[in-house]
Amino acid sequence: MMTLKKRRRIQVIVLAFVALGIATVLIGYALQDGINYFRSPTQVTEAPPPPTEKFRIGGLVTENSIRTVGDASVAFSVTDGNATVPVVYVGMLPDLFEEGQGMIGLGSLVNGTFQATEILAKHDENYMPAEVIEALEAQGVYQGGRQETEIGAGNDS
Amino acid sequence: MIPEIGQFALTLALMTAVIQGILPIWGAARNNAVWMRSATPTAALQCILIAIAFGALMRSFVVSDFTVVNVVENSHSLKPMLFKVAGTWGSHEGSLLLWTLILAVFGAAVAILGQNIPTSLKARTLSVQAWISTGFLSFMLFTSNPFDRIFPAPLDGNDLNPLLQDVGLAMHPPLLYIGYVGFSIVFSFAVAALIEGRVDPAWARWVRPWTLAAWVALTGGIALGSWWAYYELGWGGWWFWDPVENVSFMPWLLGTALLHSAVVTEKRGAFKSWTILLAILTFSLSLLGTFIVRSGLLTSVHAFAVDPERGAYILGLLVLSIGGSLTLYAIRAPKMDPGGLFAPVSREGGLLINNLLLALATATVLFGTLYPLFLEAITGDKISVGPPFFNASFIPIMLPLVIVMGVGPFLSWKRADLPGVFDRLKWVIFITLISLLVVWYMQTKGPALAVLAMAIAVWLLLATLREWSLRIKLGQVSFSESRDRLRRVPRSSHGMTLAHAGLAVCIFGFVGSSAWKSEEVLFVEPGTQIEIAGFDVTFEGTERVQGPNYVAAVGVLRVMRNGRDVTVLRPERRTYPVAQSQTTEAAIRSTPAGDLYASITEPANEDATGKWTLRILYEPLVGLVWLGSLMLVLGGLTSLTDRRLRVGSPKRKTPVATAPIAGE
Repeated sequence: MMTLKKRRRIQVIVLAFVALGIATVLIGYALQDGINYFRSPTQVTEAPPPPTEKFRIGGLVTENSIRTVGDASVAFSVTDGNATVPVVYVGMLPDLFEEGQGMIGLGSLVNGTFQATEILAKHDENYMPAEVIEALEAQGVYQGGRQETEIGAGNDS
Repeated sequence: MIPEIGQFALTLALMTAVIQGILPIWGAARNNAVWMRSATPTAALQCILIAIAFGALMRSFVVSDFTVVNVVENSHSLKPMLFKVAGTWGSHEGSLLLWTLILAVFGAAVAILGQNIPTSLKARTLSVQAWISTGFLSFMLFTSNPFDRIFPAPLDGNDLNPLLQDVGLAMHPPLLYIGYVGFSIVFSFAVAALIEGRVDPAWARWVRPWTLAAWVALTGGIALGSWWAYYELGWGGWWFWDPVENVSFMPWLLGTALLHSAVVTEKRGAFKSWTILLAILTFSLSLLGTFIVRSGLLTSVHAFAVDPERGAYILGLLVLSIGGSLTLYAIRAPKMDPGGLFAPVSREGGLLINNLLLALATATVLFGTLYPLFLEAITGDKISVGPPFFNASFIPIMLPLVIVMGVGPFLSWKRADLPGVFDRLKWVIFITLISLLVVWYMQTKGPALAVLAMAIAVWLLLATLREWSLRIKLGQVSFSESRDRLRRVPRSSHGMTLAHAGLAVCIFGFVGSSAWKSEEVLFVEPGTQIEIAGFDVTFEGTERVQGPNYVAAVGVLRVMRNGRDVTVLRPERRTYPVAQSQTTEAAIRSTPAGDLYASITEPANEDATGKWTLRILYEPLVGLVWLGSLMLVLGGLTSLTDRRLRVGSPKRKTPVATAPIAGE
């Protein structure tokens, strides 16, 4: 004969497992369109993802590539030294966005042009996203900016 | 000289912390009262020493002592005084010092205010607190010394990143840290209770005010941070499900669960081991937050430059504290007796669902935040988890929670009468359904989830108010008697009403500003006209303005509605010559109905002279996000002033009996 205490305990455990199951289902469902892969310009050129896929692209903004298009778009290109991908963005560029600097954009590839919906802003002008460093290192472009960024780095909130 | 005093004080503080970490807990094990009592003076001394070090650093910033590396990197002689002071905690080293100072202040507060805590529990708690202190002080002294000197001293500093020069930012880290670090004392209490092997309602009563204080500060810190992103950074939103935001949100979610489960432990003696586990996990998540922000492991909109060596040290601290406390928990928790029984429909049952859902919500946020790290470690794929993930997993967990929140306060302890509760809520249910239909009718184009969430917020608000009015018998008895009852109701239950209503108000803001927001981005020239959300906006050009350490281009936007002048918006684009950087200052017209929000940036390239990029947004009800947050904070503070929770209040001899109008 099960005591009432034991029965309550089992009820709580069953409830916890049911909740955990629901959470797992929710996470699995949310993962379908909630995650974005990171691709370097070289990877995008070699194996262009379908226009339906949202992904992130990162690299350096090509020198002298920023121009305005139409009523509201900004066009520039992003490079990892090996391949270059044109980007179109409707919106305001972040304060620290500059030619020759690292950037990460979120969007999709339509007819060979990356249509960005979001461009990441940084707190720190010397900061280079880890993915961008790796993508640049893969192409032998990155020469390790660590030493020169020692002073002025580490602004924190 | 002054920086050396700071350095010396910091070293002494480390030694004091080591002594405090060993002597009292040893004394508690050997039942040596003198050793146990040594916790109080060492905790006070440690706090004074760290305060001296913090004062020394602050003085270096205030007088712009450029022989100190930290000052050179983060300050400038022309900077306004407020930001010189705030610069003290604007850097990695300084913010760590602030963190440690708060840790020591909490320790000293428990030592001095906690007169009624049994000597052995107090000794153990303060020793555990000293272990955390030792970890952070040694981390600071060995890897990130704030008092490092530079020779020859430069003539002027590098300036603090202009984005960080804002009153919101000056206040945001201290509040957030008080929240993070405040949970450390709850953690120490939990570990001490595990070592002692005893958790009782009295333990929960000592822990609750500290949990509440930490929760209030964390709520304020998160709200301020989000307010800062919205008003200062010109991002046009208040929450981005960014890793750095998530790591402050997770301790908040779990801390909220802890707040509620501690009530059950206090009133009914149940949920003991669960409360302990929550205390450990909440602080662990705070540590994880510190680690993630400083390690640069995750790409975030807030990313900072970081040093891998520091990351390794913090990782070590993290493994030691989380691993150690959880191991202790695994050994000791099974021996605790489970406490009072309760029927599935009861106050305990409601709070159980609250805890379960909050823990699940925390788990989904944790999963989304760390999943990119795991995936990269296992498959090498680089991914990021965006807002769609969190919206699809977090919101469906929170909505049922808010529904339960409406009913919870009506339930009585042990066994509740659900039909009776619904009978008292019938008008609330009716009005909620009506408002569901009204919102649906008004916003047919809006997403179904938004309409549902609005109705649920109405439900929570009305149910909370109904519970409050029943408690004081508003309308049933004479007004003066109601007023009399109002005074006799415990503050903590007024606090609950205010906080629950605050959450409802927040939800109105969350939903309104995200589901029904309108946005336009376009290039403008003087004379360009835009129409947004019923406003006619004309761009009239820009003016140059000279600020104290910047020059600004100020856009002039005339806003009209139905042919009548409404306001002139003046968004700024500031250039800081010393720091060689630029910031965007958004112009906002706030009304209770919504915010009209404009920002401008330079033409993207030279051949577009005279053109500016204008971004203009209309965010309905966004002000309610801050109003609701304020209500949450005030609710917590009201609760904190409750006589029964007052830190120095005398111990009760009899177990707490549920008074007729008491209850949380």
